[in-house]
Amino acid sequence: MNALRKKDLLTLVACAVLFAVMQGLMMAEIIGPFWELNIVLICINIILSVSLNLINGYTGQFSIGHAGFLAVGAYTGAIVTVKLGFSYELALIAGTVAAGFLGFLIGLPTLRLNGDYLAIATLGLGEIIRICILNIDYVGGASGLMGIPRLTNFPWVFWIMIFIIFFIKNFKNSAPGRCCLAIRENEIAADTMGIDTTKYKVMAFTLGAAFAGTAGVLFSHYFYIAHPASFTFMRSFDILTMVVLGGLGSMTGAITGAVLLTFISAYLAEYPEWRMIIYSITLIVLMLRRPQGLFGNKELSLKMFHLGGGKDGSTAESK
Amino acid sequence: MDMGSFMQQFVQQLINGISLGSIYALVALGYTMIYGIIKLINFAHGDIYMLGAYFGFIATTMFGFSFIPAILFSMACAALAGIIIERVAYRPMRNAPRIAILITAIGVSFFLEYSMILIATPQPRTFPAVFEATIYHFGPLVVNSQQIVILISALILMAVLTYIVQNTKAGKAMRAVSFDADAARLMGINIDRVISMTFALGSALAAAGGVLVGIYYNSIDPLMGMVPGIKAFVAAVLGGIGIIPGAMLGGIILGVVEAMVSGFFSSTFRDAAAFAILILILLYKPAGILGKNVREKV
Amino acid sequence: MKKVTKVFSVMVASVALAAMLSGCGGDKKPAGGDTIKVGGNLEMTGGSASFGISSKNAIELAFKNINDKGGINGKKLELVVADNKSEAAEATNAMQKLVSQDKVVAVIGPNLSSATIAAGAINNGSKVLDIAPMATNPNVTVDPATGKTKEYNFRACFIDPFQGTVMANFAKNDLQATKAAILIDNSSDYAKGLAAFFKENFIKNGGTVVAEESYLQKDTDFKATLTKIKAAAPDILYVPGYYQEVGMIVKQGREMGIEIPMAGGDGWDSAKLPEIAGKAALNNTYFSSLYSPDDDSALNKAFVSEYEKAYKVKPDVFAALAYDSALLVAEAIKNAGDTDPVKIAQSMAKINGFQGVSGTVTFDAQHNPVKSAVIIEHKDGAQTFRTKINP
Repeated sequence: MNALRKKDLLTLVACAVLFAVMQGLMMAEIIGPFWELNIVLICINIILSVSLNLINGYTGQFSIGHAGFLAVGAYTGAIVTVKLGFSYELALIAGTVAAGFLGFLIGLPTLRLNGDYLAIATLGLGEIIRICILNIDYVGGASGLMGIPRLTNFPWVFWIMIFIIFFIKNFKNSAPGRCCLAIRENEIAADTMGIDTTKYKVMAFTLGAAFAGTAGVLFSHYFYIAHPASFTFMRSFDILTMVVLGGLGSMTGAITGAVLLTFISAYLAEYPEWRMIIYSITLIVLMLRRPQGLFGNKELSLKMFHLGGGKDGSTAESK
Repeated sequence: MDMGSFMQQFVQQLINGISLGSIYALVALGYTMIYGIIKLINFAHGDIYMLGAYFGFIATTMFGFSFIPAILFSMACAALAGIIIERVAYRPMRNAPRIAILITAIGVSFFLEYSMILIATPQPRTFPAVFEATIYHFGPLVVNSQQIVILISALILMAVLTYIVQNTKAGKAMRAVSFDADAARLMGINIDRVISMTFALGSALAAAGGVLVGIYYNSIDPLMGMVPGIKAFVAAVLGGIGIIPGAMLGGIILGVVEAMVSGFFSSTFRDAAAFAILILILLYKPAGILGKNVREKV
Repeated sequence: MKKVTKVFSVMVASVALAAMLSGCGGDKKPAGGDTIKVGGNLEMTGGSASFGISSKNAIELAFKNINDKGGINGKKLELVVADNKSEAAEATNAMQKLVSQDKVVAVIGPNLSSATIAAGAINNGSKVLDIAPMATNPNVTVDPATGKTKEYNFRACFIDPFQGTVMANFAKNDLQATKAAILIDNSSDYAKGLAAFFKENFIKNGGTVVAEESYLQKDTDFKATLTKIKAAAPDILYVPGYYQEVGMIVKQGREMGIEIPMAGGDGWDSAKLPEIAGKAALNNTYFSSLYSPDDDSALNKAFVSEYEKAYKVKPDVFAALAYDSALLVAEAIKNAGDTDPVKIAQSMAKINGFQGVSGTVTFDAQHNPVKSAVIIEHKDGAQTFRTKINP
């Protein structure tokens, strides 16, 4: 067992302890239903932000249509449980596969584009998905798909989140993952080195979309409803903001961003008139002060807190 | 549907589309200029358009201005707003990663929308009719004089803008900054001032659009810029972003496509069709209809 | 750079920690003492912010009036607003907050049917009553799976089938229309519901629907769709949307030379409509509504003038119904003589012949108010009473 594996195992144990503590607090009702809801929401947002980070942060492909895949997962999952009457497990798999497949179909042609063009194309695709859903009466159209049972609970969402985080972390350290990083750093150089750039870009995009689909199933089975208004481009911006705030290309950054923004949003619910104004000012100030996000593309680790240790690492930025 | 009534509907939809498209074009002109200079997708541009409409509203209702002074007042105020936004939110980010500037732009957009909701309430305001619409009937076809005013305004502004960019010293500086900012600086061009000026011009154009739309639709509200903002960006990309006549062309095409889809297929798929056209254009001609493909140098 | 990172990390960690701690220990005390907390699950931001803000203003006005008169059973009413961001999932979140964090005794809102239905699972589970000012979908108060009435869901408005049916009958009997065109706000389940029942009954009455088109909220240009509708030559145009888009549709429709009668539901009811559409264009248009301005009750007059004084705008239908919802909640608390949410819900169901600004309210077995509908006709920009139709 090498050092890396050992560290993984240690982290896993830490996760289990965290889970036990949280679950215990919820059972003892020290964490009330409102915060339980927000913790579930945080876990869902973490899945969304780490999956978008795989596309935007690791592979450097500027996608802002993530809400579309979230919607596909949410609706596919709901169809499987509500309309077809199959189990929740099957819904999770179906939602993931459907969103991943759509990601593959969309990614294949559009990932030839780069930079802002890809951004606007993904934004458009996300909207097309939403408009199509709005026009399908089978899934309720504008009223949304109602009557979804609450099958998602904290254990489900927590362990799925941990699985996805570990999956993406290991993907990053694998051979395909390193190809993705190479593409982010310089696509032309990566191409010259013999990396099949299209293949790896589509791979990252498909995986990211699939995990967004998983998040969608969890989402619709927690909030009783899948509604087109939940999946507008504003939602895509929200997810993007989480990733960029934490630091593009940093897993811990994406997680921190999701936690932080969900909390800010929950707290500001008390001041509805000011919520969006404070939110936007926070966003602007944070970006002005720290354009590379809280962690840059580094990972949060104990080393960060180690006083005077190591060289002063200048934060590398993705272009 | 027989051939005669089909042709008649087709022409009417063409008129509808061009009038809608000229509104997109008005907003897209400013979008494309700002993008051309600093390569920023200024998501707040649609909200400047909203601000412009409100400035026009203030000018006509509170100060009792007539049409031309109101539109000039609104353009001046919006230009100032554009300069301030650029100075406060975008200038410090000149060397930041592109995506960070984009997030800032989204932040500015939210800030403008929700500040306006706080100040002016989210209820729509009705714009006073500063000039009456005359409706012309050409046989079965209907044209509104306001539609013509909007189209002509868009064309004039496009021409003026093209003249400024192509034939004045300031325009030359803009083109230089757009081509290579560092080289421009070495040539003694004050980049900050050029960028400020671009924002002022772009914002003034958006404000003109806002006032015209306020008069045409008779209703303004704080979230009115969201959809036209996105649509105008689509129009700008469609025509070739950074190219001024491209924004005009893109806007008109987008408007006509939307009208035709609503008229002959189904209005529910109107927006989906607009985005689908955009994606197809991007895939086959990524630089837009009027754009030239630029090869990336290694 | 490293220092900055460190400072930020510590900051983030401490913020998260503080949030967790206050979240865990911060369950606020139940409403006791001199105030009774009532929740407002409202659309404060997002696409339908204008609905929620109107409602909030009206509820605050209602509570202020009640408190000025000494409150309910000696206690003051306090509104706790949670923003549902005009979104169904967020409405669930807001409802959870109001019920479990703020411990409110009753909730007013949301205005959107889908949001109310999603949030209904929470307040029914926690046994706290919710009254929706403007959620018109039948499923808001009835569980479609079992057909049973949701014990803790009420509404202050009509349901979709009623308004759609009323207008279909009016179109056939009074306007002698046989060919209808329908233009639906596709992003609103309210509009879709009204349209569906209008269509069903219009066909039942022997009419045909010659065109069915749709638009989305915040659309501004309807000329393409209207051109298509004009070509279908209907003799009535049914537009069951909200006044902002409706105003533009009427204006542009008349410009396009569509001179037939146009009709809609209570979403039309706003002083803004004549301003947006133009007075002349609005002639020959009708809508179904809860109350008629000719039926000037003192209560309604006082409400309109107070609202205008406080907020500088005329109240719209969201304000009127939210005001009634607030009065109904206050009445239910007063009758219950207690702040136990379950008792309040029971006393709400028993309300009979209550006088609100939008008319007299009695709840039927499905928690819908039994009110008679009026058809309002626009004459030179003024709303005039045309006919009264009983349910």
